[in-house]
Amino acid sequence: MSDTLRPRSLDELRDTVAAAVANSATLEIVGSGSKRGFGRPVQASRLLDLSALAGVRSYEPAELVLTAGAATKLADIEALLAEKGQMLGFEPMHLGALLGSDSAGTLGGAIAANLAGPRRVKLGAARDHFLGAVSVSGRGEVFKAGGKVVKNVTGYDLCKLLAGSFGTLSAMEEVTVKVLPAPAKSRTALLFALEPQEAVAVLSQALNSPYEVSGAAYLPAAAAARSGVEYVRKAGTSVVALRLEGTQLSSQSRCKSLCGELSHLAAIEELHTMNSVKLWREIRDVAPLLPDAAKAIWRVSVPPVTGPAIAAAVNGEFILDWGGGLVWLATDAAGDAGASAIRAAIRAAGTGHATLVRAPLPVRAAIPVFEPPEPALAALSQRVKEQFDPRGILNPGRMYAGD
Amino acid sequence: MLTMPAADESVLARRAEIVAALRAIVPGEGVIDAEEERRAYECDGLSAYRQLPMVVVLPSTVEQVSAVLRYCHREKIKVVPRGAGTGLSGGALPLTDGVLLGLGKFNRILEIDYANRCVVTQPGVTNLGITNAVTADDFYYAPDPSSQIACSIGGNVAENSGGVHCLKYGLTTNNVLGVQLVTMDGTILRLGGKHLDAGGYDMLGIIVGSEGLLGVVTEVTVRILRKPATARAVLLGFPTLEAGGDCVAAIIAAGIIPGGMEMMDKPAIHAAEAFVHADYPLDVESLLIVELDGPAVEVDELLAAVNEIATQCGAVYSRLSNSEEERARFWAGRKAAFPAVGRISPDYMCMDGTIPRKQLPFVLNRMSELAEKHKLRVANVFHAGDGNLHPLILFDANKPEELAAAEAFGADILRLCVEVGGVLTGEHGVGVEKRDLMGVMFSEGDLAQQQRLKCAFDPDGLLNPGKVFPALHRCAELGRMVVHKGAVPFPELPRF
Repeated sequence: MSDTLRPRSLDELRDTVAAAVANSATLEIVGSGSKRGFGRPVQASRLLDLSALAGVRSYEPAELVLTAGAATKLADIEALLAEKGQMLGFEPMHLGALLGSDSAGTLGGAIAANLAGPRRVKLGAARDHFLGAVSVSGRGEVFKAGGKVVKNVTGYDLCKLLAGSFGTLSAMEEVTVKVLPAPAKSRTALLFALEPQEAVAVLSQALNSPYEVSGAAYLPAAAAARSGVEYVRKAGTSVVALRLEGTQLSSQSRCKSLCGELSHLAAIEELHTMNSVKLWREIRDVAPLLPDAAKAIWRVSVPPVTGPAIAAAVNGEFILDWGGGLVWLATDAAGDAGASAIRAAIRAAGTGHATLVRAPLPVRAAIPVFEPPEPALAALSQRVKEQFDPRGILNPGRMYAGD
Repeated sequence: MLTMPAADESVLARRAEIVAALRAIVPGEGVIDAEEERRAYECDGLSAYRQLPMVVVLPSTVEQVSAVLRYCHREKIKVVPRGAGTGLSGGALPLTDGVLLGLGKFNRILEIDYANRCVVTQPGVTNLGITNAVTADDFYYAPDPSSQIACSIGGNVAENSGGVHCLKYGLTTNNVLGVQLVTMDGTILRLGGKHLDAGGYDMLGIIVGSEGLLGVVTEVTVRILRKPATARAVLLGFPTLEAGGDCVAAIIAAGIIPGGMEMMDKPAIHAAEAFVHADYPLDVESLLIVELDGPAVEVDELLAAVNEIATQCGAVYSRLSNSEEERARFWAGRKAAFPAVGRISPDYMCMDGTIPRKQLPFVLNRMSELAEKHKLRVANVFHAGDGNLHPLILFDANKPEELAAAEAFGADILRLCVEVGGVLTGEHGVGVEKRDLMGVMFSEGDLAQQQRLKCAFDPDGLLNPGKVFPALHRCAELGRMVVHKGAVPFPELPRF
């Protein structure tokens, strides 16, 4: 890495990328750098540091829309929204703890990685809240995607493509997101001592109830024992957690009704606001529950009922979120870190994908970090990449070898 | 006036041969050749524009869809996909030298999977058909465009359809988990499935709302939701449009996201009341329908809060639904607003811009001025929660000057939406209707990048050409890069 480039405006960003095109330079894009260890190792001749493209540019709570420089710190955005009683509906995880950084990263980074927390089951992922962007393609050209209103179908929804593209299609300068009112109160029903299969049946029943469950997770006994929430830590067994949020009256009443329906299945306990918020932050960030820094960490998205089968496919600890549809696995970081066994289990499950979120560099360089698409989809993805970044100068190799 | 790409005479000259080739792929009644039968396909819900398709093909298997597309790709024949034909922007307007590919025979629900909270369906099933299939078990499919009784889920995917509940429950794109897609060269792809989000590029996200320009959807997996325990609505009347608009903003600022929040102006209120007798107040300038859904205790609590806010915003009328029958009646007027307006005018044109909500009073006042300028009347219904306007321009198509004036008025309204920070279309799509206005919202560079995406899927531009983009460019031209030879200095930036 010979040189760091730090544009201070959209024009400078455009000129920087255009100069890279002309000079056959390649660029590794970073916001705060918190996710540099996520994905395949990037081999680029220069570092494109977007950190100067920060700051909230417009925020009107009653419009439910916020526009900010792409490198605005996620923590700053969350603090600003909290002041107005609002939140990012997709509850982005703070990847810092998992990746050994003390930063939660930037808003643009959360979008580029299409992050989503436990609230995914109710409100969607970053992709579902990403309304618009101003971006510079790998051609060195500025383009606008989407708009700044919550409902828009004008032209292709390019935002969907940019979300989860890990900076391989364009460098985002500005992003607009939908924001939502934050619930006043949070409650969590805990059910104890269920096996994974039984637990997923309970999670399904809860998500299929009319009580608007906004988090549905399963912690095996070992993970539960690490929680900072006493009721969970001292359970001495596995824990199913079901979150209900809303006004005081509503969350209380829904929690009561749900517990009533499930009480014949297991022993139940309730967490109120402080403890409830704390537990879901641990589940969102994963690291507090799966803290062994020597392990590789996988994030697997599958049909919810197949979550336990994925967890059983490799040796290692796990937790389930999204009603069973999101499996976090901690595996030995040796060999393929469980890649072939996990991906075979996904094929048996029918659909899904596994992403290696953390592993030592040689492991990430040796195995596909992102789910290898079947050949026709891989070819289409490659053609899309070429339409945005024909010279392959943006984050080369970040997602797939040779892209 | 709208122009479509000129017909390719060399294709038209081969018409008999093309029909025969399609018959070899789709036997029997699946190929429609006779002019009087093709006539049924000459337009979609935007009936002001009509063209007779060269031939209509109605395949019933994905293999047939793939074979038809492969054949058309090889022979360089244009294809227009069509669902139920209820679209309001002309996305399924046929081409005189193109094959119209109808998905009407894909009309079965394939799987209901409660454990994974999804339904797998063929694209020709209606939007309401999905809800009907799971309603006995108290589930439903959330997006509910007003045409839900007739529109197909495949068409909803193409247009990224909305409805009155999308502020709380999202558009089609937020409720589709997967599709099977056939690209123009006949390749069959699976995007997404019963899991969430993409493992690589979100191709599913780009297909939803692509208006039939990127591929043909032959199967859809949608998320289903448990029905809310209760739903109640309140009718709120205001002496001015501003007061109604303020109330919408205040409800959201108070942290309440209603299941539905609709607004009507005086002409729309009167037309709807005359048509369905919903007992709407006739002496107010704006009427809000606010619906809260969820557990009874929450609904009652939030309705009380909404009523309090409405009073502070100067509401002069408030009526709460006290039964399902009464709630349905509140909605009957709103849902019948389009046909109601159809009764008071020989023709009407429905616009679909979205604006930042705070701009509502300004936009409505400006719209009144524009109505005077164009000497036409306008009625407004409005998905108030998400800022999606549906101005209905009243005109008489038998008077040519009125059709032209209505088109000009509509274009002025959409320009106004963009001018105040909004967009050309909130849920109906660009199609042919707003195609020539795309330049108001997007620069040449923005549009070129969108068209490059098309090149990745359909480099010959055979799938639904003439829609969405005002000018067609060859992919070779779009792909060309201006690269300065020799060293170009990086800009003078702070370095570390």
